[in-house]
Amino acid sequence: MTIKEIQDQIVEEFSMYDDWMDKYAYLIEIGNGLEAMDEAHKTEDNLIKGCQSRVWFHAELKDGKLYFEADSDAIITKGIAGLLIRVFSGQAPHDIVNANLDFIDTIGLTQHLSPTRSNGLLSMVKQIKYYALAYEGK
Amino acid sequence: MFDVSQIRKDFPILEEKIYGKPLVYLDNGATTQRPLTVVDKMTEYYLRYNSNVHRGVHYLSNKCTDANEEAREIVRKFIGAASAEEIIFTRGTTESINLVAHSFGEAFIHEGDEIVVTEMEHHANIVPWQMLCERKKAVLKVVPFNDKGELDMEAFGKLMNERVKLVGVAYVSNVLGTVNPVKQIIDAAHVFGAYVLVDGAQAIQHIPVDMQALDCDFFAFSGHKIYGPTGVGVLYGKKSLLEQMPPWQGGGEMIKEVRFEKTTYNELPFKFEAGTPDFIGVIGLGEALEYVNRIGREEIARYEHELLGYAMEQIRAIPGIILYGDAAEKSSVISFGIEGIHPFDLGTLLDKMGIAIRTGQLCAEPVMQHFGVNAMARASLAMYNTREEIDVFCAGLKKIEQIFKM
Repeated sequence: MTIKEIQDQIVEEFSMYDDWMDKYAYLIEIGNGLEAMDEAHKTEDNLIKGCQSRVWFHAELKDGKLYFEADSDAIITKGIAGLLIRVFSGQAPHDIVNANLDFIDTIGLTQHLSPTRSNGLLSMVKQIKYYALAYEGK
Repeated sequence: MFDVSQIRKDFPILEEKIYGKPLVYLDNGATTQRPLTVVDKMTEYYLRYNSNVHRGVHYLSNKCTDANEEAREIVRKFIGAASAEEIIFTRGTTESINLVAHSFGEAFIHEGDEIVVTEMEHHANIVPWQMLCERKKAVLKVVPFNDKGELDMEAFGKLMNERVKLVGVAYVSNVLGTVNPVKQIIDAAHVFGAYVLVDGAQAIQHIPVDMQALDCDFFAFSGHKIYGPTGVGVLYGKKSLLEQMPPWQGGGEMIKEVRFEKTTYNELPFKFEAGTPDFIGVIGLGEALEYVNRIGREEIARYEHELLGYAMEQIRAIPGIILYGDAAEKSSVISFGIEGIHPFDLGTLLDKMGIAIRTGQLCAEPVMQHFGVNAMARASLAMYNTREEIDVFCAGLKKIEQIFKM
């Protein structure tokens, strides 16, 4: 599936929930279900600095596609990381660089995007795009 | 007669709806809300009297200058300072402490001297002293606290000696809520000839203070934590000490005569107030203190103490609750966690219910390290909070616990 198709799927899933509590319960579920990160990848280098919770992101290029792993000590953050992984993992660096992220707004998580909230979403997106840029054309 | 429903009417923001739910504001340790009278006073000065202070010959300038100096007198009375010359307006507690670290530090701290702080200080009462120690090759010593959040006074006693020149201590911890025995610390420090700076940021709005009774050498607080505006704070210093300290920042207002050969400095307190001060903020702060006076500081303290007791009792009943700071003498700050739930998750979900708390490291990383955590959640009370709000908050915590169990 393309990045766009996955995003549309996520938007549809979230549209089933009217209540914010259910949305967050779903995010928590995604967080809990996120594949465990290789402990060896939980390095200081992979740590995305934020005051509120700790988030690690690791990227690997295989056959021209980028694969991501992530973990966080806060479950909502981990759930958001899980969403991003679902969207971006297994995609080509070029497509990741050019992807737009409207779905975050559409599913009602925009408040997590503000750069001053230091909860990691913006930093996570930046980090993913940064990895993609670094691997683009390799 | 203290009437919380009447007081709440003075704070229009408390009527706000957040995501359609009534705001429950429990982040007062970060900043309190302002009553209408403060905003009105500042608006009046902006709209009718604005003019720079201490310089003009004209009517408006004199009007603002008078109001600025009246506010200084209000502050003097409020904290029981001996003279208005001892009241220096700053941008806040942080700037007040930095002023002392630079100016007092310049004149009084030498190589090998010691500065004592406590393990529970806000970063603002740690970092300026570390920077000073680096500049002067002085040594920073730390008084530890126990797991209830009380200072180890025996360790404090052992740290004191003639090399200690200054002790910096929070009156109330911004994380643990502990009301420290500052009087005891001040008296003990004075025996060794050390000066004491009290960080009053979390005390001024909860506890009546009197500089004469306390006998501290410096006392710092911020306007915005006592229902006043942001960007204005106070440094109290004993006159005899302030007179021996060099100016910190140079510029207008702080000078007497400027010659390229030699510049002489203004009298206290202006010596320490370089540049145009936030005089309308100062006037707003004066109004905030008058507002607190009208309600009555003893009454506020009594009400808040009772509310804290209720809150602690309710929060203790939350399954999995972890409380940080359970000192016998405690003020309106409750830091906590819930087993298995990250504070960030707590804060995010409470926010969705219209409940505002603080989460993170609370500008006190050494306290986080003491308890071996990366973050805490903190609810902090003000005089306008109610038992009903505590109930909503605790119900919110229980709801989150359920979401996590799902």
